[in-house]
Parts: sequence; C-alpha cells; structure tokens
Amino acid sequence: MTKYALFLGCIAPLRYPGIEKSTREVFKALGVELVDLDGASCCPAPGVIKSFSKATWLAEAARNLALAEKAGLDIVTICNGCYGSLFEAAHELHEDEAALEEVNRILAEVGLKYSGRTKVKHFAEVLYNEVGIEKIKKTVKTPAAYNAAAFYGCHFLKPSKLKQLDDSEDPTILDDLVEAVGAVSILRKKKAKAICCGAGGGLRAQFGETSQKFTLKNLEIMKNSGAEIIVDVCPFCHLQFDAGQKDSGFAFPVLHLSQLYGIAMGMDAKDLGLGAHITPVKL
Amino acid sequence: MKEVVTEFTEELAANGGSSAALCFQCGTCTLKCPSAGLRTALRPANIMRASQLGLKDEAIEDYGLWQCTTCYTCVEWCPRNVQVVDVITALRNMAVADGEMYENHKKVAESLIKNGHTVDNNDKIKALRKSLGLQENPDTVLDDEKAKADFDRILKATKFTELVNQ
Repeated sequence: MTKYALFLGCIAPLRYPGIEKSTREVFKALGVELVDLDGASCCPAPGVIKSFSKATWLAEAARNLALAEKAGLDIVTICNGCYGSLFEAAHELHEDEAALEEVNRILAEVGLKYSGRTKVKHFAEVLYNEVGIEKIKKTVKTPAAYNAAAFYGCHFLKPSKLKQLDDSEDPTILDDLVEAVGAVSILRKKKAKAICCGAGGGLRAQFGETSQKFTLKNLEIMKNSGAEIIVDVCPFCHLQFDAGQKDSGFAFPVLHLSQLYGIAMGMDAKDLGLGAHITPVKL
Repeated sequence: MKEVVTEFTEELAANGGSSAALCFQCGTCTLKCPSAGLRTALRPANIMRASQLGLKDEAIEDYGLWQCTTCYTCVEWCPRNVQVVDVITALRNMAVADGEMYENHKKVAESLIKNGHTVDNNDKIKALRKSLGLQENPDTVLDDEKAKADFDRILKATKFTELVNQ
C-alpha cells in the first residue's frame, strides 16, 4: 500500500475542512494510506511569507520536511501553495549545500536534522501517476456528469522546469482526472484557457479588488464555455472562487477534486463538507 | 537624477535575484503577465531593467512589485531563463527589510507568529470539523505546544518577529 505523510497546510483544515475530510476518505477508498504529519505548521505560504522573509520561509519549510523525513515518509499536499513551497524548498536544499547547512544549524536548536531526502508530491499527481485513471474509473458509483471547469491554478504545474509534471501551457492531467469520474472537461473541449485565480502573492490579503478582477475574468471564461461546476486542486483557489462569487452574479458550485471524487464514489455531500461553502453547492 | 546603488546587484543576488542580469528586455514577461493584462501597475520587464541598472529605489518602491500573484507565467515564457518570480521575491524581501510592509500583510505575518498558520481556527470551524468527524484542532502546531515552541524558536532564529514589528 502506498503511504504518505498528509500535509494539511492552513486553508483546508481551517477554512474548508470538507477538503481535508474528502481527501482522507477518497485516498482510503483508493488504497493510499495517509499518515498525519503531527506538529507540522504552515508550509509557509509562498506568496506572502516567502515575500517577507526567505530565510524564515526556508527554515520553517525545512522543519516540515524534516518532520516527514523523521517519520520516513514522503509528503503529499492538498494545496498548490503548500506544494509550491515545500517542493521548491526541498529542491533548493537539495541543490544548495550552503543553504542546507545553514538550515540545519537552525534545526539543530529544535533537535531536528534534514538530510534532503523528503519528496514532495501534489495529491492530483499521486492520483494520476500512482493510482491511475483506470483504477479511479472503477471506483465510480454515480458518474459526476457535469461540464466541469478544471482549474489547475499556478503552483501545481509551474515552474514546469522544476515540477516536470505536464505542459503548463497545454496540460491534460486535471482534465483527464475530472473526466475519469464522468465529467466533461469543458475548458479543454472549448479550447478556453483560464488565468491565475488572483489569490496568491499577497493580493487577496492586501489588494482585494485587484485580486477579484482575476476571479471575475475566470468566471466569465467559464460561463462562456458552458461550465456547470468549478473543480480545483487548491484550497486557496477554492476560497477565491467560493468567496469571490458572492454578489457577483455567478454561482458555480466550487469543488476541490477530492470532493468531486467523493461525490462520484457515492459519499454523502454532507460528509464532504459541501454544505459549508459560501456559494451553495447545488448539484 | 535617479540614484544608482552599486552594492544593489550583490544584495539582490544574495536574496536569490541574480538572474535579473540575464534579461535582454524583450518584454515577453509583461506581455504574458495576467496582472499586467488586467491593467495593474505591474510591468515585470521594467522591474528587471531597474534591477539590472542598480536603481534600487525604483525597483523596491515600484507599486507593481506587490501586484504579482507569483503565477510563474513569466518564468514559463522567458527566453532568457530569468527567474522573474525569484527576482520579485528578492526585491519584496528587501522592501520589507527596509520597513515597507502593507497593513494586511502584517496581519498575515502576525497570524503566522500567533498560530503557526496564516489563518486562525474559530468556533464555527471547530464545530464544522467536529461534525465531519475531524478533531476540533488539526494535529499541527495548533494542537501541540512542543511543536509550536519549536516553530517559534525557528521564527526567532530567523528574526521574523523583529522584521514584522520594526
């Protein structure tokens, strides 16, 4: 059985616990064991905390990586931001010996050491590359037959030279993953292209109106393509679309991929936390 | 006359922004930037140019510097392999080190200091977590005093609180 340390991050457990719950249930159903990474913290967030202090960002990320290494497990994240932070920190510490040495000097103060072994994976990557489309198809009880806007966000695939998961300009992973459970990937079908959700880089926190412009542009693209639902792979994109549709005239149900999978596997909407969304999930 | 700060290039490189030197001003980053496309003040190519020329103030005080979502579209398209987001991040670090921090960014940083997370937990979320069969607090630094003390010690070692409260 494949086994990973589940990295929760902030927005999933503390704003959309339904995402955490759905991920746990779906991975269990697919035969992937998730072990809690006790004592982990914020990744820390790449757009805000890394923008303030790269030193703090790298050292705290290294602490999270070291916790997983100590547990003998690789990390799976359910958020693009956590994936971006931890993947890039792991990469930097793997490539830069001086940085690793400096970080270990700090980690020694808390009795930890990081040797650079932890691999960081995105949950959608694990679903696609390790579980596989065929196995996913077999778990479908009620096909999620919706026109789904498969929203990749940014840090799942980019920077693609580092992540090496898919072509960032013409990706297929998430499209294939939503179609595996019966949805139509409508943006791919209509050859429409979304942009960044607008939440990252400290925009949502400080420049709400600008951040919202990104969201509205995406919603327009989705509407013009005939989308019925939005499927994301990041709780921050999820928050941006769920909260951002308030008073906007749009009302797409917003589902994290794990929630879409939960529905297709016949789990109860209430158990997937769908009732707690700001934009009502009417399916 | 704009001031050229000669040590700036080294300072930028020390913060991870050395690749700005590779930029030959084709403007592809600005053309592909979704933020620029939405008529914000962000023009990544201008920031790369100011960085190359040693115009520190122009680079770190550029209003557009904080209009970047770090989406990496520029990095995907750059024909010179400039790590535009790393340069922007380095410049942001330098601006914050100079005491320039937006109010709501400070609040996010304060939440990190207090909770070990960028957002807090609250009664509504606790009730929701419980109803889903999850622990009221996730098994993170929020639910582990020793882990939070370790987290705090790393913040201290990297002088984060001083940086935020300066």
